Amino acid sequence: MNYDFDWAVLWEYRGLLLQGLVITLQLSVVSVILSTVFGVIFGIMRLSKNVVVRMIASAYVEFFLNTPLIIQLFFWYFALPMVFPESVQAWLWAHNYEFVSGVIGLTIYTSTFIAEAVRAGIQSISHGQTEAALSSGLTGFQTLWYVILPQAVKVVIPPICNQFLNLIKNSSLAMTIAVPELTYQAQAVEAYTFRGFEAFTAATLIYIALTLTVSLFMSRLEHWSAKERQAAAA
Amino acid sequence: MSIDVIVRNLPYLMEGFKVTLYLAAISIVLSFFLGTFLGMARIAKSALIRIPATVYIEVVRGTPLIMVIFWIFFLLPIVVGHSIEPFTSAVAAFVIFTSAYIAEIVRAGIQSIPAGQVEAALSSGLNYWQTMRHVVLPQAITKMIPPLVGQFIALFKDTSLAYIIGVLELTRRATIVNNREFRSFEIFTCVALIYFVVCYGMSRYAKFLEKRRRVGERTESEKKVVPEPEMLVENAQA
Repeated sequence: MNYDFDWAVLWEYRGLLLQGLVITLQLSVVSVILSTVFGVIFGIMRLSKNVVVRMIASAYVEFFLNTPLIIQLFFWYFALPMVFPESVQAWLWAHNYEFVSGVIGLTIYTSTFIAEAVRAGIQSISHGQTEAALSSGLTGFQTLWYVILPQAVKVVIPPICNQFLNLIKNSSLAMTIAVPELTYQAQAVEAYTFRGFEAFTAATLIYIALTLTVSLFMSRLEHWSAKERQAAAA
Repeated sequence: MSIDVIVRNLPYLMEGFKVTLYLAAISIVLSFFLGTFLGMARIAKSALIRIPATVYIEVVRGTPLIMVIFWIFFLLPIVVGHSIEPFTSAVAAFVIFTSAYIAEIVRAGIQSIPAGQVEAALSSGLNYWQTMRHVVLPQAITKMIPPLVGQFIALFKDTSLAYIIGVLELTRRATIVNNREFRSFEIFTCVALIYFVVCYGMSRYAKFLEKRRRVGERTESEKKVVPEPEMLVENAQA
């Protein structure tokens, strides 16, 4: 192994890496919020009594769950704009469409996993409760809102948190559609300096720090909510 | 829309699909073995074995797959002193990455077997490896199969990332065709469908195995089994 490490380049290009981190965070936060909303909606839709609603939700979840994220990103980035007239395309490219298509891809992909978690969570609540709630005079929506969801949330939070962590890691794929996030910038540093080893070490450490922070925060949250419940029960 | 562009390029894409299948098959087999050892090491009594395995698993699980791929791509040539085939680098990255997730599945599977069984096996004169081989693993494996298949589906989708280091698999070829033909809509829809057919087939198979396992358990123990929440793939990168 004869390779002279030159960690100084990292300090020289710290601006780029920091910018990348900021974009990674923006991409992750926006997609986390949107994918939770879509995931909950589609998860509930999959359990609908209405066949059409159920079929639409199943098709959405199964299709986007079972195709690679990178292909989905390419589709939103390259193929979707082609549907629009040229003036709209020009407008899209002028308005940071890379970032938007990254958000679309990450949101849809992650929402399918969240939908599966939500569905499993709701199914874990015993059917007798629904029947009891309905026969006590609640409507279907009230049953869902006041009886099922508050209990399902407890079951669903840990797997959803896991999906948030996956989303942060998956956001690195946005580099393939030219979103200047952390991985993209690490590659840029490599291109400027030929210091791939150092650049990717730095980026990897940042990702690990990021996922560790988020998972620590989430386990704190779970711990805290468990305590709250105990206090409420006592 | 024109089907023409697909028909014209299908043989070229299918050549890439073959590479994707090779990538996935080799990586699945290797990561299964490495993952099983890591999973056992993760709960070993000796801290000398347990701590390195734990660190490995946690670090890899905190890192995006793209990073692992770049690492192999930049680090391995420095260590070995010469450049490495993109295909080999990709397989190495997939095995390193997926084995960490498989290790967690194996660990959970082993820990689901009551400790009393291990104690009974050990006190009946079996050594550690015999206990693992004849008592714990055969039981654990039936519980591990559904999440394992889920992980293999994730790995199959992940092979698309080999495109980044220039492996001529399905995704790479799709982008090449797209650069030539400018028909993104048709090409990426077609490729998405190819991936979908394989992954969806695998997930149906996993559900079938899961159902059969539950039925088997019920008849074995002659008691009502509480339905478990649907298995969820813990990890799924692209």
